[in-house]
Amino acid sequence: MNVLAYLIPVSLGLGVLGLIAFVYTVKSRQYDDPEGDSRRILSDEWDDHPKPD
Amino acid sequence: MATQTQISGMACPGCVAAPVTISAEPPKPARIALSLPTIHCQACISKVERGLNAHPGVHNARVNLTLKRAMIDAEPEVGPDDLVTVLEALGFEAHELDADTLSATRSDKAGRDLLMRLAVAGFASMNVMLLSVAVWSGATDFTRDLFHWISAAIALPAIAFSAQPFFRSAWSALSVRRLNMDVPIVLAIILALITSLWETALSGEHAYFDAALTLTFFLLAGRYLEYRTRAVARSAAQELAALEVPRAIRLAKDEEHEVPVAELAVGDLILVRPGGRMPVDGTIAKGNSELDRSLLTGETLPVFASPGLLVSAGEVNLTGPLIVQATAVGQDTSLHRLADLVAISESGRSRYTSLADKAAQLYAPGVHILSALAFVGWYLWSGDFRIALNIAAAVLIITCPCALGLAVPAVTTAASGRLFRKGMLIKDATALERLAEVDTVVFDKTGTLTAGMPKLTNLDDHASSDLSIALALAQASAHPLSVSLTKAALDAGVFPEKVSDINEVPGYGTEGTFRGQRVRLGRADWVGGTPGAQTAAWLSIEGQPPKEFQFIDALRVGASDMIATLQNSGKQILLMSGDVPKAVEELANQLGIADWVAGASPEDKALRVQALTQEGHKVLMVGDGLNDTAALAAAHVSISPATALDAARVASDIVLLGQDMSPIADACQVAVKATKRIRENFSIATIYNVIAVPLAVAGFATPLIAALAMSTSSITVSLNALRVR
Repeated sequence: MNVLAYLIPVSLGLGVLGLIAFVYTVKSRQYDDPEGDSRRILSDEWDDHPKPD
Repeated sequence: MATQTQISGMACPGCVAAPVTISAEPPKPARIALSLPTIHCQACISKVERGLNAHPGVHNARVNLTLKRAMIDAEPEVGPDDLVTVLEALGFEAHELDADTLSATRSDKAGRDLLMRLAVAGFASMNVMLLSVAVWSGATDFTRDLFHWISAAIALPAIAFSAQPFFRSAWSALSVRRLNMDVPIVLAIILALITSLWETALSGEHAYFDAALTLTFFLLAGRYLEYRTRAVARSAAQELAALEVPRAIRLAKDEEHEVPVAELAVGDLILVRPGGRMPVDGTIAKGNSELDRSLLTGETLPVFASPGLLVSAGEVNLTGPLIVQATAVGQDTSLHRLADLVAISESGRSRYTSLADKAAQLYAPGVHILSALAFVGWYLWSGDFRIALNIAAAVLIITCPCALGLAVPAVTTAASGRLFRKGMLIKDATALERLAEVDTVVFDKTGTLTAGMPKLTNLDDHASSDLSIALALAQASAHPLSVSLTKAALDAGVFPEKVSDINEVPGYGTEGTFRGQRVRLGRADWVGGTPGAQTAAWLSIEGQPPKEFQFIDALRVGASDMIATLQNSGKQILLMSGDVPKAVEELANQLGIADWVAGASPEDKALRVQALTQEGHKVLMVGDGLNDTAALAAAHVSISPATALDAARVASDIVLLGQDMSPIADACQVAVKATKRIRENFSIATIYNVIAVPLAVAGFATPLIAALAMSTSSITVSLNALRVR
């Protein structure tokens, strides 16, 4: 059962990683325009290089 | 710089006439918001963004397809009008939005906040649930205690963060000595945490950390759904409000200044262009024109306007430019005085208690009493404080309104989504429930059942030579009657005659010369006709008696279908208008409405609605004008079209976005169905409680049973709600 000492922190760590990734997506406003973003990917406008800011 | 402009203005008399705008504010990058109702695909996004970014002075333009909006960062000299022109050239309809009214950032923040709490609760509940599975499947002794401690370490901070909305709402209810749905929720969460911690410290068998977290997660999901629904409705409603950018043109020293309406003062001279709306009450100082008063009084006939006539805010100027001297501005205008009438009507409206509140009123005390009884009973019987507290916590968790919390938001989200796709915007949370109870429908005429656009009726009565002359004269004018006449004549294949020296006389009509004879198209008294009750334009050719072109206000699309559907479903229909009896009677006969009232004043309308309410009817009021506003506020539930004035839209619960009227009948059916689903959901939740509560009171409710009961009831309720779609 000693393996639990590693596995529990590892699984929690992975979960926290997922949570941090989600928090990042919320903070960077990736859910503001779900419909538009799903269609923007079809555009070939910025395929060669990213859009300059 | 301002001084320079004035000096040069004084120095050169020619410059005085040219419009000069003096801006006191320092220039800053303008944030322009445009509404784009017609965009729908990737190609549209690219086209709009490329077009806007190519416009000189635009730094950055980004389209939001979900909200059908474009936000533009641009140099101060770029005006919204320039960009609207650019987009119209590309083939997109665009409207300016008032960026301040939108206040998009604030509402976004609340949504992101809720989403973050939901994510934390979801993460924590899944981890704790995994640990709990090990415990349920038979972990003992040290392993069980370890898992309980880890669960506690996850659950306590997670709940402290994500359950804050419930804590706050429960506290605000308790601080005014009332109970709401959140009080039992908070009590259950806190009691579950305390007993679980205590049990864990004593290395006991049962801990409810998973239940407390799952509860928070499901309830937050309900809150988030509710928030999304309201956010969509609110953003669209703000968009409608932002469409009317309130500006007026003030004349000072013969210079034109475009100023916000709020800055106007009594005595100011204001220029109102044809097609513009009066921003203030006042008297006409200069100019002749015609006024459309239909939004204020319901009359369809335009009124002749000349110097000295009193005008009220909200009237539309039709033909010639008018200069108005303000006699009342802002809060003192007749438009705002109508608001007082609305306030009185609203106070008469019985306060509606939503189904959720009714359930909470029954439910909250019941749960507390049951849990307290279980505690007292077990304490007296066993004498063990720990067992009694455990049982009380189990009862609270099992009965906790997880499914109840989802029962209403899940259904209203599904139903509002369905109605939004049909072009109806539900502004008020309880509007659907109230709409389901309606048995009487009251309609306004002008602008509601009719499109507010005149249509020529007696085209066939005229000789084609007369029609050709009338067409030539009508083409030169932007008056609504001329526009309609032009369209009808062109559709009938009439070609315009060569009429020379065409000249529009504002307020009267158009005149010209045809084969040496003077021809006129315009008001009856101007061309020598006898004015009748019906809207008409008259054509006179020198040496011949004048000929009458009659117009009626055309029905809105889907109006007759809607009336028929409503009548078939057994609803009583009443037509109430401020227009003349003849026009109202004709329309009533056309639509098969037996019950109609003509010449009704705003007070009459509101009183009639109140009388119907007192007779026990649930009234749905559909109207668009200022004269309907009080009645809209007095009715049980109200609908107004998007073309209505701001005040009418504010007073109504539902806004009809398109021209088509038929969604109203659908909305009634959807509302009935949605309310049925809400009741079903309450029954489902109750059945689960009836089964689970005896188990909990008897002491058989293990954390496993609590988790199962909670999840299954929540999922059943959500699936049942989706059937509304």
